[in-house]
Amino acid sequence: MDDLKEVIRKYVMAEYQEEDDEEITFDTPLISGGIVDSFSMVSLKRFLENKYHISIPDEKATPEAFDSVNKIAVLVQGFLK
Amino acid sequence: MATVVNYEEIVKRFDWSISEKELGYKKGDVINIGWYCSDRICQMGKADKPALLWEGLGGKTRRYTYNDIRRAGNTIGAFLRSLGIKHEDRVCLFMDKIPELYIGFLGVLKIGAIAQPLFSAFGDESLYVRLSDAGTCAIMTQRKHVSKVRKIIDKMPYLKHIIIVDDDGRKPLQQREIAFSLEQADPVDDFDIYPTKAESPSVLHYTSGTTGKPKGVKHVHYSLIAQYLTAKWVLDLRDDDNYWCTADPGWVTGTSYGIIAPWSLGVTQSVLDVGFSAEAWYRFIEKYKVTVWYSAPTAIRSLMKAGEDLVRKCDLSSLRHLASVGEPLNAEAVVWSERVFGLPFLDTYWQTETGSIMITNFPGMKIKPGSMGRPFPGITAAVLDLDTYQPITEPGKVGLIGFKPGWPSMMREYWNNEATYKGKFKNGWYIPGDRSSIDREGYFWFTGRDDDVINTAGHLVSPFEVESALLEHSAVAESAVVAKPDEVNMEVVKAFVTLKPGFAPGPDLELDIMNFIRKKLSPLAMPQEIEYVDALPKTRSGKIMRRMLRAREWGQDVGDTSTLENE
Repeated sequence: MDDLKEVIRKYVMAEYQEEDDEEITFDTPLISGGIVDSFSMVSLKRFLENKYHISIPDEKATPEAFDSVNKIAVLVQGFLK
Repeated sequence: MATVVNYEEIVKRFDWSISEKELGYKKGDVINIGWYCSDRICQMGKADKPALLWEGLGGKTRRYTYNDIRRAGNTIGAFLRSLGIKHEDRVCLFMDKIPELYIGFLGVLKIGAIAQPLFSAFGDESLYVRLSDAGTCAIMTQRKHVSKVRKIIDKMPYLKHIIIVDDDGRKPLQQREIAFSLEQADPVDDFDIYPTKAESPSVLHYTSGTTGKPKGVKHVHYSLIAQYLTAKWVLDLRDDDNYWCTADPGWVTGTSYGIIAPWSLGVTQSVLDVGFSAEAWYRFIEKYKVTVWYSAPTAIRSLMKAGEDLVRKCDLSSLRHLASVGEPLNAEAVVWSERVFGLPFLDTYWQTETGSIMITNFPGMKIKPGSMGRPFPGITAAVLDLDTYQPITEPGKVGLIGFKPGWPSMMREYWNNEATYKGKFKNGWYIPGDRSSIDREGYFWFTGRDDDVINTAGHLVSPFEVESALLEHSAVAESAVVAKPDEVNMEVVKAFVTLKPGFAPGPDLELDIMNFIRKKLSPLAMPQEIEYVDALPKTRSGKIMRRMLRAREWGQDVGDTSTLENE
């Protein structure tokens, strides 16, 4: 689980943050914190699907479910065999 | 609640001088929006009244009275002037929804310069295109966004000042950068406000069209006359209201009705600067006792999706009036809001170029869910024949929306683009580019855009701009971009691409292209779907037939294909 969280954290930092931004933690609010907006969430979802060979239904990909690395990891974990 | 009880009667005797009189403006007078939104309100005895109640991430709050925003506007104005910035210079405001954005807007206007607000999620290319077109001399921004400016600074010798409003001194400033802290600056109480007149330029907002680069829509200080009165009559803003406009001032709603309108009326407004979350929004309404809420269909549909349990957890009884703007408001959303909040969201129709509300549903007027409403008094609106541009008199027949020019907040030009500006007028009508019909009672019913521009979550995206950016990706040979229907955002961007030799289609490449556009242009412009094709449909002259691709996405008839290259 920690590996999964670290992969997500690093991806979010690399893709959605500027180089001078503060490092995010597993609990940093991503959507409500304005780091990842609702449009960009689509690319984050796509990354997770490609990386873990899963399919996340749109109804599960809510702003609440994507609001922190911890929450995303729980969501992804649920789709992993 | 009813401000416009007898519509016909008000239309008959309406004159914009109603607004001029209320604002104490006479033809030929000095009119400066910065002064009207702060100094005038203080002179009316409301210096200690809250003007801005701001909340950001982590529950951080800031509170400003009208005297605070008056002095802070002066302070920013004095700072800009000390840098040598003068009237009609363009000053870009490139910030999140922080107080410096709202107050900086006043400061820019107070020195007679032109405020050029840009959406802070724009990538470096989107920023460059807009700054270079305007020849912007200064940009006010935050530490978190300055890296985007640094990427393009060498291409912009005219951009002399990069003002960082939250510099913490931890990293050295680079070329042309200067730190400015509103909280630490010496407040300026007395300030020599530039004596702008009715036709002096005030705001430059950029908007996208089907072809060509984004267009700079120039507004003037006289726009206040329409923004003030429409807010009073349509948004029904009153002295004891706490108003929340959810729009970002990077777009026109966020300036016309997120700064100018409420503050010129001396109304308290609240601003929430965090990402979207239904729960956070409801808590915000509850905490600040918001009374009037101006939002957008995409947000309303997202709230619908989040469910009604969240609504029940909060006390939203302070709400008394709801309005919506940005895209057509579907009837389901109106019915839902009436059931859930006990109030319908009233749709308002206007655009960047019109500067203020044009067709609308008024408080007290019969609401037809799904309709745009009726023209604001003083606005002559019609539906025009697609070929002759003559008004259509037959109820229900679809045509182009047209407005008779001359309302106070109408754009005065497209920056450096007179030909395109002139092209917006046909047979004496201004054509906003939307289609509609009018029913027997004079209500307008939106049917769609008249061009290929994509309206995603109320923001216009140019297919041309996205196609051009796609071609800069190393794998893309050709591209076509169209709108795809979307349940929440109304439309989203979809791209069709052909690949260069040596590149294979696949999900990783798709993600790479999506992120490439997101960073270069903006998250709004990022294709939500990319379809790999062997060839794009083209006319025999080689023009990509975007309409065919769009029709397929919308399940419509593809129409005449006789000019298709490979037919």
